[in-house]
Amino acid sequence: MENDVDTEFTPWLSLGGGMMIGLAAVLLMATNGRIAGISGLTSRVFARATDTETRGVSAMFVLGLLLAAPIWLLFSGEWPQQWVPSNPVLMAAAGLLVGFGAVYGNGCTSGHGVCGMSRLSVRSIAATATFMTTAIGTVLVTRHLIGA
Amino acid sequence: MKQIFALISGLVFGFGLVISGMSDPAKVLNFLDIFGTWDPSLAFVMGGAILVTAPGFVLLLRNRSHPYFDTKFRIPDREDLDSKLLGGAAIFGVGWGLGGFCPGPALTALPIAASGTLIFVPFMLAGMWAARHTPDLFPKTRTGATG
Repeated sequence: MENDVDTEFTPWLSLGGGMMIGLAAVLLMATNGRIAGISGLTSRVFARATDTETRGVSAMFVLGLLLAAPIWLLFSGEWPQQWVPSNPVLMAAAGLLVGFGAVYGNGCTSGHGVCGMSRLSVRSIAATATFMTTAIGTVLVTRHLIGA
Repeated sequence: MKQIFALISGLVFGFGLVISGMSDPAKVLNFLDIFGTWDPSLAFVMGGAILVTAPGFVLLLRNRSHPYFDTKFRIPDREDLDSKLLGGAAIFGVGWGLGGFCPGPALTALPIAASGTLIFVPFMLAGMWAARHTPDLFPKTRTGATG
């Protein structure tokens, strides 16, 4: 199957990187009073109904995200390691479903998974359990039932 | 000031995604592949993030009536489960399992310009636009009171 690539288990780097994500979420809440939910912030950059101030803050956060990898390149001399599925039809479908589902369900991995779970929000815990289940089910189907 | 801190937050968030390995869809797909080449890293990312966010939010809300550069904390207060929330989450999960990207990592990985990312991101934005223009498909199934 095309999308079968081994990766190394990185408990410490992942824990440390995760704590930086948490720090970013607390920083945005402390300074702007907003939830660091990427789907919400991104969709507000483009939505017509967004007020000017929200659009500005959201756009700056997204700009920060976009600058992280280039700054990484500048200091380390190489892009972060990655392997991205290259099937264009698969990636187009994945993008549509992720964008639609995240905004329709009011949040994604960051908004529900990190910020909402941290607040013990019932809605976020239910949403996270739901998308984890369908995501694991999807990989089960694509890698083990179709791809086997 | 609030724009500068929003930029810094986004930057720190992006570095966190890069360092944790989450800007690499292969690691995400392997986390989701619990019956195959399982890589538990993503659980540590989420755990680490919640370990900081949970006490951080509690301390903030306990000690301050408003954020440093704004007038109020914007925190969702709904507690009801509805089909929009769960249906959206279910659809999101299928897409996440197909591509290994959710919105944060996809935007962080965009400058690396892998062909799959360059296709994923515009379709993700189109999906977001479509969701904003889709009304609640099953409004009657909502249960409980809205917050």
